[in-house]
Amino acid sequence: MADTTKKTSTVSRRDVLKGAAAVSATALLGAPAIISAQPVTLRYLGTAVNQSKEIAQKVKADLGIVIEYVPVTTDDVSKRIITQPASFDIADAEYFQLRKLIPSGNLIGMDASRIKYADKITPIFTRGELAGKKIGDQGTAPKKVFYLESKSSTKFSASPTQWITLIPTVYNADTLGIRPDLIKRPIGSWAELLNAEFKGKSSILNIPSIGIMDAAMVVESMGVHRYQDKGNMTKAEIDLTTKALIEAKKAGQFRAFWKDFNESVNLMASGEVVIQSMWSPAVTKVRSMGVPCIYQPLKEGYRAWAAGFGLPKTLSGKKLDAAYDFINWFLSGWAGAFLNRQGYYSAVLDTAKAQMEPYEWAYWMEGKPAEKDIKAPDGTALEKAGAVRDGGSFEARMGAVACWNAVMDENDYMVRKWNEFIAA
Amino acid sequence: MERVHRGLSDGGAGGTVLLQPSAVPATTGAGARLRRLTSRAAAPYWQAAPLALVFAFFFVLPLVVTVVVSLWRYNEYSITPALVGDNYASVFSGCLAELPSLCLTFKTYLSTLKFCLLAWALTLLLGLTVAYFLAFHVRSLTGQMALFLVCTIPFWTSNVIRMISWVPLLGRNGLVNSFLISAGLTREPFTWLLFSNFSVVLAFVHLYTMFMIVPIFNSMSRIDRALLEAARDAGASGWQALWNVVVPLSKPGIVIGSIFVVTMVMGDYVTIGVMGGQQIASVGKVIQVQLSYLQFPLAAANAVVLLAVVLMVIAAMTRLVDVRKEL
Repeated sequence: MADTTKKTSTVSRRDVLKGAAAVSATALLGAPAIISAQPVTLRYLGTAVNQSKEIAQKVKADLGIVIEYVPVTTDDVSKRIITQPASFDIADAEYFQLRKLIPSGNLIGMDASRIKYADKITPIFTRGELAGKKIGDQGTAPKKVFYLESKSSTKFSASPTQWITLIPTVYNADTLGIRPDLIKRPIGSWAELLNAEFKGKSSILNIPSIGIMDAAMVVESMGVHRYQDKGNMTKAEIDLTTKALIEAKKAGQFRAFWKDFNESVNLMASGEVVIQSMWSPAVTKVRSMGVPCIYQPLKEGYRAWAAGFGLPKTLSGKKLDAAYDFINWFLSGWAGAFLNRQGYYSAVLDTAKAQMEPYEWAYWMEGKPAEKDIKAPDGTALEKAGAVRDGGSFEARMGAVACWNAVMDENDYMVRKWNEFIAA
Repeated sequence: MERVHRGLSDGGAGGTVLLQPSAVPATTGAGARLRRLTSRAAAPYWQAAPLALVFAFFFVLPLVVTVVVSLWRYNEYSITPALVGDNYASVFSGCLAELPSLCLTFKTYLSTLKFCLLAWALTLLLGLTVAYFLAFHVRSLTGQMALFLVCTIPFWTSNVIRMISWVPLLGRNGLVNSFLISAGLTREPFTWLLFSNFSVVLAFVHLYTMFMIVPIFNSMSRIDRALLEAARDAGASGWQALWNVVVPLSKPGIVIGSIFVVTMVMGDYVTIGVMGGQQIASVGKVIQVQLSYLQFPLAAANAVVLLAVVLMVIAAMTRLVDVRKEL
């Protein structure tokens, strides 16, 4: 997911100074033996998705580690890791990006023995299964890029090793968002995106690698072509997919395309568009504006994505220890519960469950009707009592994943064809 | 400076050098070179040096790097020095084979040039009118200043906010459409008002007319009013005076304004993206997509081609008017 919402760093210089002053004061009073009590600062590179102020505050309170957010777009996360690997201490990247990032040698394998909950990470990542059942693995499924052959290897390992590329932070299953009040009939298939009924009222996202996969879900569900792997198409398949898109565009199917979160919210809330590819928090935002919007589960399944923490090879000493402490803290429950309450999923479910109210867990994770009003972490009401989460339980949603965000072998060709589609 | 002073005393004839630079014999050797450096003729070069250095570092150097990188090879995660034309071949791939239908690059440039022409013609028309009114019909300086400030109102908010606020105005359920429907002028809302060529041109005109007004107004305010009186005395009508006196004398302003508008529209991808609903290609957008997929050399090649096109357009315009002479 590429949430481009810009957010300023939530930890100001003043906060850092205050923290430093407080820590050195306690050090002086309580433990004169400690000479170096400067709090460690970690520069956290990632998209704004999980760079919440609350998480930074809680880490500082629990561990004394200062988190300095570096919020950029998904594309810029890759660019930074490849071109400026010393400009951050911990990176929050997406698994599909690893196919570009790992060969650069700028990220190292993380030592599983130092990750306390390594064996508790959901098997979606380690084995590609959920509740003992295999889930869709087209595209860059996390299990394909989860392990490295050795600490500094630039090759992925098919079998589990001690060296992990990224420790999962959040993941989710994406689908189409619809305006039920304007469509007035049930929607059940990806094919509806190109249904002439919604001529001039549909939209797709203009991020080539993700847009092409949504398009592939549509093409496949229309029965035009069955892909070997939607996340790694052949040139002929790319031609066929963009051809379908170009025909639809010329026929006036699309109202507009969108590139960032806010654009998608605008299109949907204003009624310019009634069906489009969408991200879960955008649906929540439209709904919080009082406009009905459904994150519609579809019979062909979801396109999933996952992000996680990676460490740059330049990290050492106290900063490296702090990074491991932070990651262990992140998996220990509080952050997981915080993210689950926003509609994302966390890596270690048991610890997050312990930090959530039973009624919250039942709504977000088990797909049961809400016993009480559901609130976002910041206290705003999201749903009234009795509401059920779109798509249902964790197992129903993540179990129905059809493909994962990906980088294709024919990436250059795909980008070129996508540009032709935009120019058509 | 220290070296320069030493050079003077070494040369032994500081005073004469400064007073009579032309009289210095062009001898070889360090002393003579330093003498030339400190001569009065060199003074303008020293004065221009700071700006020249800034330009060299922040403009010429990046440009050279862009040209160099456009000849490199790349893959998903690295770029390697080379001297190959692959990227240019890729920019123009299919341009011959696909004739008579246009290849991606030609199609994109054609669409961008179309916007250029439309935006230029409309901003020129509006800019001339507004500048003429400000320069010749508003007599008091206070009045001119006040009206100028009014012209800058669109710039009080950010570009993106300005563009996004068109949606509630021009959208399917926007103000214009609700008005047209309630007035009985149309039954179905007009969808071409937004996310269309129309809305892109509208936004360009809205954003860039100011860049036309200012230089044209500047040229017009220097026109000697006696010339207009002379034209009238010689029997010219209002239109004849405008066409034969005012417009020719405003040419430098017109050309400068045109350069502003044309270069800005050529490189723009945000306005075309937002107002065109991301459905309209632009050269800038193609470059941006390539950058985000780490195809730096390919993006550099595209940028070099864009630069060449823009320079050609500007060269054509400056051929029409010698801006330096007219200033």
